[in-house]
Amino acid sequence: MNGSARGLVFLTLVAAALVLVAAYAALLMAPNAAGLTPDETAAQRIIYFHVPSAWLSMLAFGVTTIASIAYLAKGRRFWDGVAVSSAEIGIAFTLAATASGSLWAKPAWNTWWTWDPRLTTYTIVFLLYVAYFMLRSALEDPARRARFAAVYGIFAFLSVPITFMSIRWWRTIHPVLLDSKNFGLSRGMLPVFFLSLIAFTVFYFVLLAYRVRLERTREQVDALKEQLGY
Amino acid sequence: MNFWRAVIAIVWKDIRAELRTKDIFSSMFVFALLTVILFNFAFELRVPDMKMVVPGIVWVAISFAGTLGLNRAFVIEQDKGSLAGLLLAPVDRAAIYFGKLIGNLLFMFVVEIIILPLVMIFYNLSLLSPEHLLVLLLGTYGFAAVGTVFAAIAVNTRAREVMLPILLFPVLLPVLIAGVKMTGALLDGELLGSLGNWLQIVVVYDVGFTVVAYLTFGYVMEE
Repeated sequence: MNGSARGLVFLTLVAAALVLVAAYAALLMAPNAAGLTPDETAAQRIIYFHVPSAWLSMLAFGVTTIASIAYLAKGRRFWDGVAVSSAEIGIAFTLAATASGSLWAKPAWNTWWTWDPRLTTYTIVFLLYVAYFMLRSALEDPARRARFAAVYGIFAFLSVPITFMSIRWWRTIHPVLLDSKNFGLSRGMLPVFFLSLIAFTVFYFVLLAYRVRLERTREQVDALKEQLGY
Repeated sequence: MNFWRAVIAIVWKDIRAELRTKDIFSSMFVFALLTVILFNFAFELRVPDMKMVVPGIVWVAISFAGTLGLNRAFVIEQDKGSLAGLLLAPVDRAAIYFGKLIGNLLFMFVVEIIILPLVMIFYNLSLLSPEHLLVLLLGTYGFAAVGTVFAAIAVNTRAREVMLPILLFPVLLPVLIAGVKMTGALLDGELLGSLGNWLQIVVVYDVGFTVVAYLTFGYVMEE
């Protein structure tokens, strides 16, 4: 086992421990939210999963964009591997955030779904990256696939804030956590919330490391197959 | 050859080819007309007043027809091998981008100018004021600026024509929303001055993505 592989195993264990502790803290240690119906009080704990998932998906798509720019600038296959790996993780956590949000919305808003700006933007983001993967699968030449996907990845990510702004002129009912005056969580909740954020972020980098390694292995297999004439 | 002379040469080439075949224009126009008529059937019995949905109909018809036109513009180039010729020409890749962009913009705008009076007749509305045309031009520009890059990508994929709307529509959404909102507000008698926010969004979109397209088009056209 070489050094980087050992480092990855260590990081995996750290991420697992952090996620377990965060789950314990979120379910048992964090205080109940005040002034909600019993149903809502239980559902409110979704925040320790929902917000980190949403954050993680945005982080992942941001990394995809940076890796895409790096690929176009440097032309190294490694960056394309990072871009596609991160986008895959991003899609998974987009779904996680959407599903958990929907579970929360039922007791809180009495509906699974509304055309609120954030939900709508999120759906569009999901579709953007579905398109990203459809584009990749429709291209065979690896160099061209990497180039086109990088260009599309940059366009897609840059369109998200404009899309959000344009949908925002409709009235929103999504709870705002961060506004300029105060933070919408009580004191007991804050440490748990940030613990969840950190745990998810570490978890993301572990997933990314494995996925990039997988991508590299896949390229090596392809190269070997070519050599052997398959 | 300097930059803008190359751009004008490419636009002029596209216009001349189009005047001979009328290929792009006819398919876009017929498709836009069909979309308007289909929407008429889709909504008529459930919507209390068709005027309420006209902005949506106009912008969806433009998007669909525009997608068709963008696809045609690049498929024709590729099938005849002229795209390779264009790439061999000693001009900047960015000149090719702006040439194709202006060509696409012109075709779309001509189709819009003809489709609008028809919509006006069908729904008894006034859509041909300078304000309406400005909104239309800004929206169409955003569409063409992004669409030209994506069409160049889509034409090289296995799925070809199918790929473009899938790539384009999610990125295009801000333009579509702002366009529908502004056309609707103008129809309700509001002044352009009260639509500052929407105008800003479209202008930011247009300028921002022109810059991104300018920077990235070379990578799409690399052979």
